[in-house]
Amino acid sequence: MSTVINDTIATVIDGKRVIVKKPELLAPAGTLEKLKIAIHYGADAVYIGGQEYGLRSNAGNFTLEEMKEGVEFARKYGAKVYVTTNIYAHNENIDGLEDYLRGLQEAGVTGIIVADPLIIETCRRVAPKVEVHLSTQQSLSNWRAVQYWKEEGLHRVVLARETTSEEMREMKEKVDIEIETFIHGAMCIAYSGRCVLSNHMTARDSNRGGCCQSCRWDYDLYSLDEGNEQALFAENDSPFAMSPKDLKLVESIPKLIELGIDSLKIEGRMKSIHYIATVVSVYRKVIDTYCADPENFQIKQEWLEELEKCANRPAAPAFFEGTPGMEEQLFGVHGKKASHDFAGLVLDYDKDTGMVTLQQRNFFRPGDEVEFFGPEIENFTQTVEAIWDEKGNELDAARHPLQIVRFKTEKPVYPNNMMRKGLE
Amino acid sequence: MKKPELLVTPHSVDSIEPLIATGADAFVLGEQRYGLRLAGEFNREDMKHAIGKAHAKGKKVYVAVNAIFHNDIANELDDYIAFVKEAGADAIIFGDPAVLMAVRAVAPDMPLHWNTETTATNYFTCNYWGQRGAVRAVLARELSMDEVIEVKENAEVAIEVQVHGMTCMFQSKRPLLGHYFEYQGKVMEIENRKEAKNMLLYDKERDNKYPIFEDQNGTHIMSPNDICIIDELAEMIEAGIDSFKIDGVLHSPEYLLEVTKLYRQAIDLCVENLEEYEEVKEELLEKIEELQPAHRPLDTGFFFKETVY
Ligand code: SF4
Repeated sequence: MSTVINDTIATVIDGKRVIVKKPELLAPAGTLEKLKIAIHYGADAVYIGGQEYGLRSNAGNFTLEEMKEGVEFARKYGAKVYVTTNIYAHNENIDGLEDYLRGLQEAGVTGIIVADPLIIETCRRVAPKVEVHLSTQQSLSNWRAVQYWKEEGLHRVVLARETTSEEMREMKEKVDIEIETFIHGAMCIAYSGRCVLSNHMTARDSNRGGCCQSCRWDYDLYSLDEGNEQALFAENDSPFAMSPKDLKLVESIPKLIELGIDSLKIEGRMKSIHYIATVVSVYRKVIDTYCADPENFQIKQEWLEELEKCANRPAAPAFFEGTPGMEEQLFGVHGKKASHDFAGLVLDYDKDTGMVTLQQRNFFRPGDEVEFFGPEIENFTQTVEAIWDEKGNELDAARHPLQIVRFKTEKPVYPNNMMRKGLE
Repeated sequence: MKKPELLVTPHSVDSIEPLIATGADAFVLGEQRYGLRLAGEFNREDMKHAIGKAHAKGKKVYVAVNAIFHNDIANELDDYIAFVKEAGADAIIFGDPAVLMAVRAVAPDMPLHWNTETTATNYFTCNYWGQRGAVRAVLARELSMDEVIEVKENAEVAIEVQVHGMTCMFQSKRPLLGHYFEYQGKVMEIENRKEAKNMLLYDKERDNKYPIFEDQNGTHIMSPNDICIIDELAEMIEAGIDSFKIDGVLHSPEYLLEVTKLYRQAIDLCVENLEEYEEVKEELLEKIEELQPAHRPLDTGFFFKETVY
């Protein structure tokens, strides 16, 4: 990790090499609550969806009012807000686009993430203050195409998930443009933008947000030999599947930083605040620790374990070091349960009594072992003792979602810290 | 009324002359290193011969350079495109902007056809690529007839529409068939079946069979039905659609020949004698039905289907 690829990345202070070009940590934010949590837990930027033109039609998208509030909140932390506007539009989507983009500019968002040249060109014309970032939906995977988009005046490109680290290196060497790449989360097994399985199977347009994840279903594989169908699987074989493991590049963060990648992106606008908080805080630590002292950096076991606490599918590095093999696909399984449940969100803490006020997010009861985490504290675990409701009645358990409860914590906690519970 | 071009995808050099004899006006060909899901493999020599044969009869050849490129092959594009130009191709079909860059560098006068398959979905974007050098856009097969016609009405470039054959639903860079055999412990199977394009995925719930194959560009999954709109050409001809494509991928050369003959008849009649076309179009459709392999039903693709999102 000591080869300096680009001397604008690091400098030497008191004989010690430190990274000066820290990549942006970019997190998903499906809702205003998620936006606030992502930024609070250390994201430098978030991407959100608007009411239209984005690919997650069901990801709790933002109204213009909510966007404004989100942008203001982000600004206080020096964070940025990008809006995914990455559908491939049909003719009927052209009407209304100008107003929509003007609205985004007015809301003060930093940039939009776009695939369709229709939206790129319209944005340049009607909302010129908004940065234009090329979406991964364009499956951008070579440096000459990167050069093309640079010449077209784009501010940043998001690479195809099929791009290897060597390919990224060549792109960075040959073209001077901001590069964003995915580091964590679920992904398409197809080249993005090149899958219309859902159009065929369910009459829902995947390139306008209607994907039904048909690639995660099971199929039987046959061959057709002179008109006769022959099963290519035995009675108790797992069916043909093309479900990929999720992406996880936590151990490759140093390499990504040394390559000079500008933005590291976490997938998952549909994911819970617990997931976002966990993943963002781990990557925040990895990036900061590496940048402060790259020579002595070592990945900590506890960071890896932390990520497991919210992982609902096995994960792998995908294309980062070359085409992934069979072991990076899932056969006969459809994911796993995360090792921990999100049990509660801290609303308040009383120093004098040592009592936390907590919003319940999953069932827990006295005697349960729980873990608290958050940007202000070191993770700690404790056993829950007596629990009271808001009125001071003692409870046998915290049973109701969003119920407000109080109990004693062994160490101080802060608003927006989270409590999770291990699952046996 | 203008006659649209009848464009077909030949399997080999030997198919060119018979296809011309049955009525093809133009050909799409290439090699899988640069082009996607081609009916046949045309190396450089083949390409020269094919172009020679087509040009001798006044027909056109478009070379497919529409793969999604990574750096390695992107670095070869100048050389390949210079060759394609020298071979006398009438146009280059592209999706990846890297091809545009290479054409600007080594063959600036070469006409370009924009074809990304799934993402050519509105007229503005067709015109965008037009302003950057494309003379034609090949529309996504997921558009309805009304959308196709609205694109044509607003397009500054020629518009090509697939009217017959299989379409691609999915492309992954991963070798998914190889991985499945490996998972089953049948590594030999990969070698045995590498060249075979006779595998199907069976979707129980929909009772559909999707052809699936692997090549240098990854794994491709194809539609369960063949589009056939031989009986629905009038509206598009009237609207002035410039080119009708019949895709012969995963079909036999004989099948392609017969289908081309029937579409030739349909287009000619539709332009020259609409009344007669209306009378015989059912018959033409029935003739195609008779040609269909058992596992390949016909349908009208997305032309008359509503898609939501
Ligand atoms: S079906 Fe799978 S590969 Fe296709 S768009 Fe949806 S998630 Fe991606």
